[in-house]
Amino acid sequence: MNRISVNTAWCKGCGICAAFCPVKVFTQERDGTPVPEYQERCTGCKLCVLRCPDFAIQLEVSGDEPK
Amino acid sequence: MPEMKYDDYLVKSRMPLFWCSGCGNGIVLGAILRAFAKLQLDRHNTVVVTGIGCWGKADDYINTNTFHGTHGRALGFATGIKLANPELKVIALMGDGDGATIGGNHLIHAARRNVDITAIVVNNFNYGMTGGQYSGTTLEETYTTTSQFGHIESAFDLCRLVEAAGAPYVARSHVLNVIQLEGFITEAIRKKGFSFVEALSPCPTHYGRHNGMKTAPKMMQWIKENAITLKEAEKKPQAEWENKFVIGKFTDKESVDYSTRYEAVMALAEASVSKGVSEREG
Amino acid sequence: MNPNNSIRFIQGNEAIAEGAFAAGARFYAGYPITPSSEIAEISSRRLPQLGGLYIQMEDEIGSIAAVIGASASGKKSYTATSGPGFSLMQENLGVAVMAEIPCVIIDIQRSGPSTGLATKPAQADVMQSRWGTHGDHGIIVLSPSSVQECFDLTITAFNFSEKYRTPVILLADEIVGHMKEKMIIRKPGTYDVTDRKQPACDPADYKPFQADADGIAPLAAYGSRFIVRLTGSTHDETGFPNSKPENADKFIRHYTDKIENNKDDIVMTKEYKLEDAEFAVITFGCSTRSALEAMDLARGEGIRVGVLQLVTIWPFADSQVRALCSRMKAIIVPEMNLGQIIREVCRVNDSGIPVIGVNKVNSEAITPFEIMEQIREVSKCRK
Repeated sequence: MNRISVNTAWCKGCGICAAFCPVKVFTQERDGTPVPEYQERCTGCKLCVLRCPDFAIQLEVSGDEPK
Repeated sequence: MPEMKYDDYLVKSRMPLFWCSGCGNGIVLGAILRAFAKLQLDRHNTVVVTGIGCWGKADDYINTNTFHGTHGRALGFATGIKLANPELKVIALMGDGDGATIGGNHLIHAARRNVDITAIVVNNFNYGMTGGQYSGTTLEETYTTTSQFGHIESAFDLCRLVEAAGAPYVARSHVLNVIQLEGFITEAIRKKGFSFVEALSPCPTHYGRHNGMKTAPKMMQWIKENAITLKEAEKKPQAEWENKFVIGKFTDKESVDYSTRYEAVMALAEASVSKGVSEREG
Repeated sequence: MNPNNSIRFIQGNEAIAEGAFAAGARFYAGYPITPSSEIAEISSRRLPQLGGLYIQMEDEIGSIAAVIGASASGKKSYTATSGPGFSLMQENLGVAVMAEIPCVIIDIQRSGPSTGLATKPAQADVMQSRWGTHGDHGIIVLSPSSVQECFDLTITAFNFSEKYRTPVILLADEIVGHMKEKMIIRKPGTYDVTDRKQPACDPADYKPFQADADGIAPLAAYGSRFIVRLTGSTHDETGFPNSKPENADKFIRHYTDKIENNKDDIVMTKEYKLEDAEFAVITFGCSTRSALEAMDLARGEGIRVGVLQLVTIWPFADSQVRALCSRMKAIIVPEMNLGQIIREVCRVNDSGIPVIGVNKVNSEAITPFEIMEQIREVSKCRK
């Protein structure tokens, strides 16, 4: 399974990742912090990583060689 | 040079970013750093030049050479930097207020001269740093802290403006289309000559808040819904797209850049020395 | 005469351009403006012959920006302008101060304010050259009074600029700029040329604003093996922004101190017949010429007059002028403005002697007779 992690020290809870994830992986806490609650849905498209304005999302796609 | 990953260009010690929650600047910054990595730019041979404004803070997070100058004048500094050392990759980062309003004259002249600089304008439709006043790209009839009864000026179409001024590479995307944006930025940096990329970007704190879009997702959705690709637009009558954001590559052509043309001037000048007194003086 | 040198009969503006080439300047960006345009025209022809570059920008704001940028890329750079253009340059002049970037700005003063009398001389940008850009800072301003000084002081301007990592202003005027005189073109090797200090440290340790013991930080060029971060915002040694009060205090004081602490090197004056003088004329730029003539006229009438020419206008020659005030009966200050240098003379006139201005703003040069008239007046009173 793909592994999504959120760097909460950099995240500002804007909700972009949650709003635009094509498979709705994220829920948000009250302060906006995203929680990858449905990680099993993740297709590894990395749009959340690319669209995060705070460089706060890391995604390890299973099978990807670590770079 | 060891292979550079995108975050090797990021000044991690200064994170988190200074910008507001949901500001699109960070998305554009990411696209730029990924383009740097794709092109494996040498930090020592790259100069990022910024103006003043929210986006003007971008150089704080980039560990290449940097120049942080005055409001609107990034392209003036960039012109000198590039012409004095044509080997450098020079990238100017400007906002809509900075690069296209106070700096509009420099923008069209840099495009006309075809100096080999990449200008990346983040257009968030207002002056964010000073509290959300209207800029040269604020849309008509929208609200800002200085157009509280609705804005009565029309907005610049920056891509058309820069294209008309003669730039050989002009493209527009928006931050939701980050992959396309990164592609445009990569092509623009690679382009020899003046290249221009406009990134439409949300400012939920100011422009969004005054126009019924308090969150970044709402404002990004609004940009998306009002966008039309250049290809689609070309098929339709102007009335159907003239109030939309036309997205795509407006120009991508070959055009001899300023430094290359100046080499010819230097050759002629040198020849005039060896001839002694120039004919014109004679 | 040194056989390496050649004598030519040329214009002040031409001599300034020659001085720039002689100093090693290889980049000019500017915008045409009377009465400085000859410097642009000559530079446009000569710089590409010398492997340098000339560019005409869209305005003076862009011009000084390009000059600063080119200097950051390692080229000695300059621009030439006059009052209206000099006004437009003020904001970015502050960038050169703040980012400590060497460059030379030539202001061929003309009559103002605003467009004023565009082709006529004045000496009214004295205070603008000192305080034109906002914020506290030191600045070096040199003022030539002859075609020879146009050449020599332009070289000195570049040298100071490189040595102290600072913008330097050559404050000439329409009279000197457009006047033709005999002058010696000094050949390379017969005069000093200073280049900015380069870092000797490991590139990983380089901080572009880390001053050496002499108070000046080495400045590497873009494209070198050093990463260079330059900024007009308040920064620390690294070039990253730093808004801590103690940091702001340190750097803002530094911009003044690095000039003021080196006054012994920077302040240049010329003295004429001051040894036995009872009265002195303190002057600069084109007015020096009339002052020297007036001195001879006065001496012909038995009045012992000498002249102190301020070659460096800023930083002001406090100690020289203070000492002069202490041994003169009165001082005359002719200037083509309503009293700018005279304020400085009065500021250091601890002895309280009479200081009398000869001020003219009708666009005509101050004549020796006008200065002479004042000399006669003061000499009568003091008998």
